[in-house]
Amino acid sequence: MITARREAWTGRLLLILMMAITLLPFLSLFVTALHPSGTYPAGLAWPDEPQWGNFPRAFEAANMGELLKSSVLIVLGVVPISILLGTMAGFAIGHLRVIGGRVVFLLFVLGLTLPFEGIITPLYYQIRDMGLLNTRWAIILPLIGLFMPFSVFWMRAHFVNMPGELSESARMDGANVWQLFRRIHVPLAMPAISSLGILLFLWTWNQFLLAIVLVDDPAKRTMSGALGAFQGQWGTDIPLLCAGSLLILTPTLAIFLIFQRHFVKALLQGSLKG
Amino acid sequence: MARSSAHRRAAAARLRGTRGLAGWLFVLPALAFYAVFVLRPIALTFQYSLYEWDGIGPSTWAGPANYGKVFTDPDLFDSLVNAFQLIVFFSAIPVVLGLAIAATIRRIAQSRLALVARAVLFLPQVIPLVAAGIAWSWLLASTGVVNQLLSLVGLGGVTRAWLGDFATALPAVGMIGAWVLLGLCTLLLLAGMSKIDPALYEAARLDGAGPWREFVSITVPSLRQEIAVCVTVTVIAALASFDIIYISTQGGPGNTTMVPGLQIFYLAFSEREVGTASALAVVLMVLVIACALPIQWFAKDGNR
Repeated sequence: MITARREAWTGRLLLILMMAITLLPFLSLFVTALHPSGTYPAGLAWPDEPQWGNFPRAFEAANMGELLKSSVLIVLGVVPISILLGTMAGFAIGHLRVIGGRVVFLLFVLGLTLPFEGIITPLYYQIRDMGLLNTRWAIILPLIGLFMPFSVFWMRAHFVNMPGELSESARMDGANVWQLFRRIHVPLAMPAISSLGILLFLWTWNQFLLAIVLVDDPAKRTMSGALGAFQGQWGTDIPLLCAGSLLILTPTLAIFLIFQRHFVKALLQGSLKG
Repeated sequence: MARSSAHRRAAAARLRGTRGLAGWLFVLPALAFYAVFVLRPIALTFQYSLYEWDGIGPSTWAGPANYGKVFTDPDLFDSLVNAFQLIVFFSAIPVVLGLAIAATIRRIAQSRLALVARAVLFLPQVIPLVAAGIAWSWLLASTGVVNQLLSLVGLGGVTRAWLGDFATALPAVGMIGAWVLLGLCTLLLLAGMSKIDPALYEAARLDGAGPWREFVSITVPSLRQEIAVCVTVTVIAALASFDIIYISTQGGPGNTTMVPGLQIFYLAFSEREVGTASALAVVLMVLVIACALPIQWFAKDGNR
């Protein structure tokens, strides 16, 4: 009994310590952001006069309004199409079991661990030849392709477990394949689809490499890519940089806090399957 | 009766039809995007790696020369060595520490504190790595919080600009990676532990096993699959690291934190050595697969 209680207390202490370490960088960003801009504050020290004005200044300096719009446009371009294509292919491979499906599936699985740096060079020339450099399409189109392995893998894992009788009875009622997919299987797949949507949203929003290589104009990049440019421009003004970083973090943090349960579930399942 | 079975047979036949053309129409759009934006660039990376090309003018056949360069040029080879050293920080620390922490907090996994912790520990996974890089660059700076804390506990002598020092830059970058991945590993392992039958632990206690014995003979073997997942995810994160290093050190000081991903970026887009960049890219892709596959096999073996 005593050992159990002692274990619970060490557990609690450890948890609190871990949370403190996790939160420390955020706290440091926040405190530093309140110092007068241009100064080099020492460590964690509450400023004499908190400069709340740094946040609106960073908002303006980073052109946050444009950035938000750009990131939203990119997410809207990538996530719905990736979900649709991934779900369709996962359905055909996992449930319809198309002829040759195993081979295609293996081909997709090979792409699961691909580091984006591996293909960034030819991708640059390909996008240039397509005349898409410096447009949002330069991020959207390749990301859809790069997300296909995981999307197909994820949706196939769902469809493989759907009983075949479900489709047979629908087919006897005269439904064609598309109706079968749209009316019966998509609604049943909603939990898997929404987890996939959360993961794809995060990965798109935080995409950095494609943004800095394929798009020069920070206002047409993802949030993450724009933050890189912001650092290059304001790297010497530490309080302003910290304020800007916090602002750029806010949208994902807000969405995370609202959909916290779904996020944690999706991320845990996502890494287990992927 | 006969009619309904004919009906059923017709339906089954139509269903079989969907395994051919109709089914393929569902696969094709995904495959097309994958082929154009992933498979074709992979093939081109192989092709580029055999030529010498500045990205603008004509290219000349180089054969395996670029690969020779990857393994003999110290700058390039060191980036591969650095990536493997990062595995210690990105994988070993999060997995080992994650196991220890998960085992300690297993009993209070359902408490209110643990539920709050679940959300907090996930924060590093949600924010862009770029932001983590900026925050940590500041924490690890000469006037940063890390040095402040060290001075506070009487270790003022070791304080330094951690990311700017030749001896400490790589471990410092590694610690940023460990911070990002520790929460994910802990929670994955904790989720795995909740599936272990509590009767196993009770039996072990009755046999007089201590917490360590329990950990070694029950917890770790039952978590084989979760551990494999953590190792795979973190090893790939280490080998293919880019964002954190681009933001915090840009590969410096000197070449001490250069990694293949960043090297490819510089070679291809600043130094205009597309052939060498592509050879390094091929080596990186092969290394990632060569590391990921054995771990998967190891995990599968345990399931049989």
